[in-house]
Amino acid sequence: MKIVIVGCGRVGSVLAEAYDAGGHEVVILDVSTRAFDRLSAEFQGSAVRGDGTDEDTLRRSGAEGADAFLALTEGDNRNVMAAQVATEKLGIERVLAKINDPVRAAAYAELGIATVCRTTMLADSVSGFLGLPSSGVPSMIAPSGGHGAHAHPPLSSPAAGPTSAGASAAGEG
Amino acid sequence: MFVLVVGGGKVGYYLSKELIENGHEVVLMEKDRARADQIADEIGSIVVAHDGCEGKYLGEAGCARADIVAAVTGDDEDNLVICQMAKHHFDVRRTIARVNNPKNEDLFRHLGVDEIISPTRMILGSIEQDIPVHELLHLAALGEGELEIIEAHLQDGSPAVGRPAGDLTMPAGCALFAVIRDGTASPLRSDMTLRVGDKVIAIGPSECEAMLHQQLIGGDPEAATEG
Repeated sequence: MKIVIVGCGRVGSVLAEAYDAGGHEVVILDVSTRAFDRLSAEFQGSAVRGDGTDEDTLRRSGAEGADAFLALTEGDNRNVMAAQVATEKLGIERVLAKINDPVRAAAYAELGIATVCRTTMLADSVSGFLGLPSSGVPSMIAPSGGHGAHAHPPLSSPAAGPTSAGASAAGEG
Repeated sequence: MFVLVVGGGKVGYYLSKELIENGHEVVLMEKDRARADQIADEIGSIVVAHDGCEGKYLGEAGCARADIVAAVTGDDEDNLVICQMAKHHFDVRRTIARVNNPKNEDLFRHLGVDEIISPTRMILGSIEQDIPVHELLHLAALGEGELEIIEAHLQDGSPAVGRPAGDLTMPAGCALFAVIRDGTASPLRSDMTLRVGDKVIAIGPSECEAMLHQQLIGGDPEAATEG
């Protein structure tokens, strides 16, 4: 499976390495080459310096025809825009945007973009640790309607290699 | 009318100022506290010092009752999100976005932004509009500006090509005096046959430009300017 990741931060780099080790074709983009220092020497995928919200940059980096597109930069808006470029311009079907503002995450889920919200995820983990009720807001929303992502079949397993925890989590969304 | 302006840079600042002067109700959102305070000092307490991309603060700034939301920050992705949130989450009737990368215009329109203003596109359009005019190039103004030296670049379709220079009808007070051919300048004699690629240098009052255009470039000068 070809997986494009925008943003080589902590989450992006961890997933890039995991999917690469799992035998997937990984393309990771970041506006700063320094961000790629997070990737280990074993990483076999391609690391491209460029703006993941720019259609031309995405095409040049080989994002066309990707099976999955993950927008995981530190900027909610950059993620939203990258996800919409991927959906609308590149026609990628399985697209996920990290949106840390819960209001924005819910709004975009209504618009048909699958979102994952670190804020609610962390808040619920903390509440769980304390044995207190969670927020009740889902931290990951994969919309079933709208113009963007639809309910997906599970990701196909690679021919060989272990399934990483990250891959199975994404599959549940 | 109630206008919510997001982004307190130069555009947002002057836009808010003009809108207030024209009697509109304005709220300006600027996430940088220092900049927000500075604007508030100058144009009054209409500034909300919060990030207009964040749903909570958009709501607090009164987005739900805004007639128009204008997203004029320097970042395309922020402007897109502001407009989409306003449109889809707060049901704002009209959203306006500033777009820096002209390639994003299409996407923004497709994603439901009502109006897209691209300064880059406007400047680009203005520059490109000038190119056809370069068939007639103003080299210099003489005296008080009543006389001009104009260079005409002869191209395919010019009515002057293949004709001796003496055949051309020149307006009163206007003269063709030189030709640059293959990089070499020579005086234009009346028996010299003009060719494609020649640069003909003319001198005359600025009013003769239309006539020069007709004789040396061909077509309607007005149409060429608009192209």
